[in-house]
Amino acid sequence: MSPREEVVPEAEFASYYGRPVIKQPTWKTPDIPMYFFLGGLAGASAVLAEGAAVSGLPRLERIARLTAAGGAAAGTVALVHDLGRPARFLNMLRVLRPTSPLSVGSFILAPFGTLSGIAAASHLTGRLPRIGRIAGVGAAALGPPLATYTAGLIADTAVPAWHEGHRELPFVFGGSGAAAAGGLAMIFTPLDQAGPARRTALAGAVLELAATETMQRHMGMVGEPYRQGRSGRLMKLARELTVAAAGATLLLGSRSRAVSVLAGAASVAGSVVTRFGVFEAGLASARDPKYTVVPQRRRLDSREPATAGTRVSGTPAPGTNGM
Amino acid sequence: MGRLFGRLDDVTGDAGYDDHPPRMGFFTDTSVCIGCKACEVACKEWNSVPDDGYLLTGMSYDNTESLGASTWRHVAFIEKPTVSTSSAEATVDLGMPGHGPPGGSNDQTTEPGANDVRWLMSSDVCKHCTHAACLDVCPTGSLFRTEFGTVVVQEDICNGCGYCVPACPYGVIDVREEDGRAFKCTLCYDRLKEGQTPACAQACPTESIQFGELSELRQRADNRLAELHGQGVDVARLYGRDPEDGVGGDGAFFLLLDEPEVYGLPPDPVVTTQDLGSIWKSVGAGAAAVAALGMAAFAGRRR
Repeated sequence: MSPREEVVPEAEFASYYGRPVIKQPTWKTPDIPMYFFLGGLAGASAVLAEGAAVSGLPRLERIARLTAAGGAAAGTVALVHDLGRPARFLNMLRVLRPTSPLSVGSFILAPFGTLSGIAAASHLTGRLPRIGRIAGVGAAALGPPLATYTAGLIADTAVPAWHEGHRELPFVFGGSGAAAAGGLAMIFTPLDQAGPARRTALAGAVLELAATETMQRHMGMVGEPYRQGRSGRLMKLARELTVAAAGATLLLGSRSRAVSVLAGAASVAGSVVTRFGVFEAGLASARDPKYTVVPQRRRLDSREPATAGTRVSGTPAPGTNGM
Repeated sequence: MGRLFGRLDDVTGDAGYDDHPPRMGFFTDTSVCIGCKACEVACKEWNSVPDDGYLLTGMSYDNTESLGASTWRHVAFIEKPTVSTSSAEATVDLGMPGHGPPGGSNDQTTEPGANDVRWLMSSDVCKHCTHAACLDVCPTGSLFRTEFGTVVVQEDICNGCGYCVPACPYGVIDVREEDGRAFKCTLCYDRLKEGQTPACAQACPTESIQFGELSELRQRADNRLAELHGQGVDVARLYGRDPEDGVGGDGAFFLLLDEPEVYGLPPDPVVTTQDLGSIWKSVGAGAAAVAALGMAAFAGRRR
């Protein structure tokens, strides 16, 4: 009956010529996964910068402040570039809508970009130090939600591999952002000032790996794209980079500058690949009607057990939808 | 912003209209659809919707493929081999087009199975959900609820962010690539304002597409379903009629003759914003974790 039955023997389901039920996101690659990465990098870097300022670690503070400001600026460019009508970017700030993570996120990104920019400029030039610090504290407060709201953004869709991960994805993105911020600071900070960067990268890696594992475990068949195909390969590569970076950091990160640089770079790369992997997994789950139809059909059949299973012409119809 | 899921009897009032006309919608009765595509053409013509390519798909008579930015009505064609069982005699001739003379049934078949095709045709459209995910996630407020309870894109505001596209559980709305903005059925908002019937319903020669007040359409659909069941057409079922379903009921709902997924419709769609509370909670908890691990990194011994 279904043209897809031979293709996916493990889950029998009907579809319309194998066509997807939901639309694939029109978001462009690399714009959007890079924006997710840059938001996480910038957000966690703002926290790192403020910690470094409080602890008196000027070299660490400098790189973290520059990363926060630069990441936010580059992320904004990627975001605007992805719009179908870039000239209308400011319409994002036309209304604040709590039901739209993208709307809320715009109201996080805009002040974060401004504050992190002021903090970085003040730090570089040495001018208006008090205002610079206040801006830095503001950026540090907005940084963590900047790193995680993008996970809420993709989870708040009908895309099965994103929506079903809505409880864990913010931890995946948050951990990945911390791993990136710590990793980037490790590359550019001398060993004696990079301790907090190493610990941030390590803790971020642990959080990311644990959240990804938990997410995939409870997702069932909808989690397949995280293990299979192109998106599966990306997720595997991301995991390997993150594990290698964490291992190297733990063993030699505080002793060898070279290892610190390499481990930091691997941590950043792992974070980038994680975002591409999650992004591609969502696209794959939107493309294949199986991930939309099968879970919904199971849910429906479990609600209407009397009509589940045997459905051929002539048998009682499956209810009339709650009349 | 009103309720995000569950039953909602006055969606228009919930959206902030104090005084408003009744909620309007479509009831598409696919059991009398003849697949003429007059609705597709009328929609294109009235709304000046550009072409979306002239490819042949090989999907029966359907070369439109699916709803999209430039396809606001889409007629699905399903040719299904019928199962030759004794219960086939119980089927009622609906006047559907097919091979052989009208009224012909299985006994006309010379080669068993060769001509035994059951046609399903259905004109799909935006569902104008009670809880519309596209509207909920739109960051600019471009998508809005009209006084008729329908969901419409304000094209002068849309900035083409594309968030509505993956949010829709039915795969209806899409971004028109050469234009950059999102488009979908407006339920002929302009015609409604003039008290007219939407172009597709106006053009439908079999009254498969019925337009009217939603409450009345639901009544009409219930009667039609009872009639078909009375005739032995047990496969008939309503889709999107239930105000308690995952999207709070559709403003445009259907009578189908097979499972929804056979027509390319999701069998049990749920508006994504039903989980919005849980999503924001996780985003907050994730952010707290990032802040905590960031601070903890400085709490340790400084190296």
